[in-house]
Amino acid sequence: MEKYKMHILICGGTGCRASASEAIQNNLQDAIKAKGLEDEVQVVMTGCFGFCEKGPIVKILPDNTFYVEVKPEDAEELIEEHIIKGRKVMRLLYVDPENKETISDSKHMGFYKKQIRIALRNCGFINPENVDEYIARDGYAALGKCLAEMTPQTVIDEIKESGLRGRGGGGFPTGLKWEFAAKNEADQKYVVCNADEGDPGAFMDRSILEGDPHSVLEAMAICGYTMGADKGVIYIRAEYPLAITRLKVAIKQAREYGLLGNDILGSGFNFDVEMRYGAGAFVCGEETALIHSMEGLRGEPTVKPPFPAESGYNGKPTNVNNVETFANIPVIINKGASWFNKIGSEKSKGTKVFALAGKINNVGLIEVPMGTTLREVIYEIGGGIKDGKKFKAVQTGGPSGGCLTEKHLDTPIDFDNLIAAGSMMGSGGMIVMDEDDCMVSMAKFYLEFTVEESCGKCTPCRVGNKRLHELLDKITLGNGTREDLDLLRNLSTVIKDTSLCGLGQTSPNPVLSTLENFYDEYISHVEDHKCAAGQCKALMQYVIDPELCVGCTLCSRNCPVDCIAGERKEAHVIDASKCIKCGACMEKCKFNAISIQ
Amino acid sequence: MAKVKSLADLKRMKEELQSKMDLREKSNDPEGLVQIKVAMATCGIASGAKEVMEFLIEETAKRGIRTVVTQTGCMGYCYAEPTIEVQIPGKEPIVFGDVDIKKADQIVEKYIKNGELVDGIIPVNYKTLD
Repeated sequence: MEKYKMHILICGGTGCRASASEAIQNNLQDAIKAKGLEDEVQVVMTGCFGFCEKGPIVKILPDNTFYVEVKPEDAEELIEEHIIKGRKVMRLLYVDPENKETISDSKHMGFYKKQIRIALRNCGFINPENVDEYIARDGYAALGKCLAEMTPQTVIDEIKESGLRGRGGGGFPTGLKWEFAAKNEADQKYVVCNADEGDPGAFMDRSILEGDPHSVLEAMAICGYTMGADKGVIYIRAEYPLAITRLKVAIKQAREYGLLGNDILGSGFNFDVEMRYGAGAFVCGEETALIHSMEGLRGEPTVKPPFPAESGYNGKPTNVNNVETFANIPVIINKGASWFNKIGSEKSKGTKVFALAGKINNVGLIEVPMGTTLREVIYEIGGGIKDGKKFKAVQTGGPSGGCLTEKHLDTPIDFDNLIAAGSMMGSGGMIVMDEDDCMVSMAKFYLEFTVEESCGKCTPCRVGNKRLHELLDKITLGNGTREDLDLLRNLSTVIKDTSLCGLGQTSPNPVLSTLENFYDEYISHVEDHKCAAGQCKALMQYVIDPELCVGCTLCSRNCPVDCIAGERKEAHVIDASKCIKCGACMEKCKFNAISIQ
Repeated sequence: MAKVKSLADLKRMKEELQSKMDLREKSNDPEGLVQIKVAMATCGIASGAKEVMEFLIEETAKRGIRTVVTQTGCMGYCYAEPTIEVQIPGKEPIVFGDVDIKKADQIVEKYIKNGELVDGIIPVNYKTLD
């Protein structure tokens, strides 16, 4: 690495790469070469910056200029103007949607102001394919410290003291989990990293592996040291090709430096990591199912106990942690448990990464201290609801979670508060919904997902969720009754109580929480056969207002099923029995004569 | 690649590698550092701004002052090139004109180190973007 005067960081996360960030990198490098600046300007492809809404992101240092929505053809101008002439390219800077001010430094953006980045500390900062950059930022120092200065028990005590809880959704204290695995004697033990991120809308684990793979490798080695394991396995879904590639590069580099392998840092401790690819089954995020899948068996959960800490992979003591949990470990060791446990709320320490998605202005990846309120996340960081619509609910915890409504906006988000509010942390997906979203359809969407993903082992989950889905379908088609609502609630409770694993125990949550928070909406579906959000097609009717219709015939000419009748210059009529509710007529009408009822 | 054989080895490596990442670390917290902007338009460069900038980058590092040195466009004071803007944390930015290497040295020694003003200050008449 040379010492450069300026660094250009380009987001190399999956999202920005899909928007041609590689071409931007190439064009920037070409332009730099053309100007003979190769020795002065360094171009680095980093991990995700988190601000996916405005990607691809290009950040120029040292003046910290944050360019958004950059296109490959902008590269030359960036070099010519910013690098050579020192003038910012105004049209590529971020404009605050609220006050229309142009912001050049990301530090002043609402999106970044409230964030504290621990798990994402290196994402968007280092080149994930260069171990030197990781080492320059204290990489592997925590492993070194553990091996040279701490006993396995003091490491475990430090993690326990930090209050770190599993970030995969369960929220189990990590230090305690490590201690269980450490106490079980065996000739072989395993450390497993759960990178089977399955919640729709959550992508923090992928981003960490893409942006900072070494942090996970380092933490796995630390975990191995505490429990006496010399093998680590990363279980990752095959549909994360970029994360897999970067992990492979990272493992190779760590081996070359001797940071993985035998006699790490001269301590006599051996540890190596390999990878297993999952086919992307949601249930394989459950640790026993994950272990079975790793063994080449069907991805089905089994009864705990025995816990993996006693009998896991190949029947040996195994500790399974999620990617984000691991990413926190090196920081806790380096900065100390007492630094870490000052951040966050009383029972949930540290930060949590959330993936903001849905009807929100700033879609992206954020990391905030536990205890931040939903309002801060949605309105200050997320920039509020798209198109100025009204906030309706936010689904946390994916298909296992529930929805939170306006009354929860000021609840501090942590593991326990979310459960008290009828939802859960899950892996940190947050899907924001506005007034145009129908909550019955939303519950139906998640049930569709669980029906698909249920492994089929337990009857309540296999059959029960199917029945729940049928009931919801019936309601959205306008055939539901009040009795169906009671049935929904009863069945949900039974499924929760009688399923073996987390999938079945939580799959009815979207139904229960929408019934709890949006009972009126269910009632209007079953009694009045109306869907206020206008999403349930069967309950909608397109109607032409005879007062406004001038008889231009545009609608009837565009109707794909010819269900609109009427003479020229006379009001038209829609035949509701034939209408397929495609909305083409309403879109075409120039006189706003067609409405939904 | 050579193996990293001990914790001391790793620490040594970190020390060496750190300086190459320094620029990125500093830009993480520019408010806490002395920020120097050198006007590097045609007129500035013709009057020697490039040499001044290199001097500032190298000398502040040598003298152990944590600074971020960036280039900027024409500040409009063509009669007083090279011009530089210096902002010490918590203070208003000050623009100095006719900065040659000797003047740059004075600015580092007197203003940045001790807060003493030196000749050649130009009143600021522009606003900087956040």
